[in-house]
Amino acid sequence: MGNIPTLRSLKGWGMTELMQLALRDLHVALGGKLVPFAGYDMPVQYQGGVLKEHLHVRAAAGLFDVSHMGQVILRPRGTYAQTALALESLMPVDVLGLAVGRQRYGMFTNETGGILDDLMFANRGDHILVVVNAACKAADIAHMTAHLSAVCDVVPVTDRGLLALQGPQAQAALARLVPGAAAMRFMDVAMLDWGGVPLWISRSGYTGEDGYEISVPPTALQDFAEALLHQPEVMPIGLGARDSLRLEAGLCLYGHDIDTTTSPVEAGLTWALQKARRTGGARAGGYPGADRILHELADGPARLRVGLRPEGRAPMREGTRLFAADTPVGTITSGGYGPSVAAPIAMGYVNAAHASLGTVLHAELRGKMLPVTVAAMPMYPTTYKR
Amino acid sequence: MKFTEDHEWLRVEGDYVVVGITEHAATQLGDVVFVELPEVETLVTEGDEVVVIESVKAASEILAPVTGEIVAVNEALVDNPGLVNDDPLGAAWFFKIKIDDLKVLDAFMDEDEYQDLIS
Repeated sequence: MGNIPTLRSLKGWGMTELMQLALRDLHVALGGKLVPFAGYDMPVQYQGGVLKEHLHVRAAAGLFDVSHMGQVILRPRGTYAQTALALESLMPVDVLGLAVGRQRYGMFTNETGGILDDLMFANRGDHILVVVNAACKAADIAHMTAHLSAVCDVVPVTDRGLLALQGPQAQAALARLVPGAAAMRFMDVAMLDWGGVPLWISRSGYTGEDGYEISVPPTALQDFAEALLHQPEVMPIGLGARDSLRLEAGLCLYGHDIDTTTSPVEAGLTWALQKARRTGGARAGGYPGADRILHELADGPARLRVGLRPEGRAPMREGTRLFAADTPVGTITSGGYGPSVAAPIAMGYVNAAHASLGTVLHAELRGKMLPVTVAAMPMYPTTYKR
Repeated sequence: MKFTEDHEWLRVEGDYVVVGITEHAATQLGDVVFVELPEVETLVTEGDEVVVIESVKAASEILAPVTGEIVAVNEALVDNPGLVNDDPLGAAWFFKIKIDDLKVLDAFMDEDEYQDLIS
């Protein structure tokens, strides 16, 4: 049928030398099942299971421990603008134009216009806070240190935990502890106080829901996590539901939907490439791979990341090949079951000629060719508080 | 009831064997969202891939534990894959297979041996 494992592979799920989250004991006490992810022992689900956790986030609020992600401060040695412009030399994104107290999505590109990592960065007045993917953080820190050290100190924040509180009731739950969080808008950042503990809060996340990401000092991390879990709306949520939530929201998972070979234009991330960095803009180009990226912005890319809706019930996973008639035209990069969509969903890259909405392709699944339709993303409507 | 190293259970009913997966396997797989069953009257050889199970996170296969003919499949699983999690040892049987000689089942683990395997 294919290269999928038999149940025998359930045996011997062993542990290697993994880094441990500060809240590991809390995850275990909550019934979390720990699995290796990005070098960390991470809760993939708790007792309720992935489906219940996913649906709970869409209905109420869920708490995710994302402390494995990299938090890095860029502290200017000269002016803030010098540091912002230096960061622009690594990304096709407008850093200088980002207002104080605001956060933006960005990506480091390589010389061929591929993506080294995707990230969030925030203007915190006198410095920039960057949050990067766990699997890439060592390389990202080295990359920033190599290219930005002339104008700023690149300071990894190694002790603070990072929690994400996501869902339509996230505001109600967090505002009970930190009233100032209620007034924040999508992509605002603020430093707010919780009983003397300085929290770094952004109104953002990676589930398609309204919510927050909260950076917490180590001494208060467990207490704050427990205080959130005490709120009636809040349930702990593992990586499994995080993946199905972000897939429904049409968000990329680095290393799967975007990597060093995919450009931001191919990935459909042009919304993140502001005018100032495009041809005709005030600071056009000037980042690695600008030739390819500006060319693709002008003429369109050869392939595009698209949403995909399989017909029938069979999930189509990463690596599934896509065909138009007998011609291979693409590959699925993320796929599975969408609990809120209540159907299989996927995303992948297809040749531009086959990327328009409604195009019916065929996916090769266990020797059968099954129909799959190019569909709009997100597959499930997002509810950001803009 | 007998058990395989692939976390299947085998139960004799008359001259055929009912096959499902164990509670341990169902728990490890997580929420099952898709089941693909073989066709009735298919002749299968021990080790053939006969069923695809997909949970929210991963796809797995069930191999035919014995050589024989598939005489029935549990269509209820197609419409309600979650049965595998709700009642793995009962309502969520996958298929029934007719074999020549029930003696081949002697080679499989009994419940105590299986419990040792997963503990």
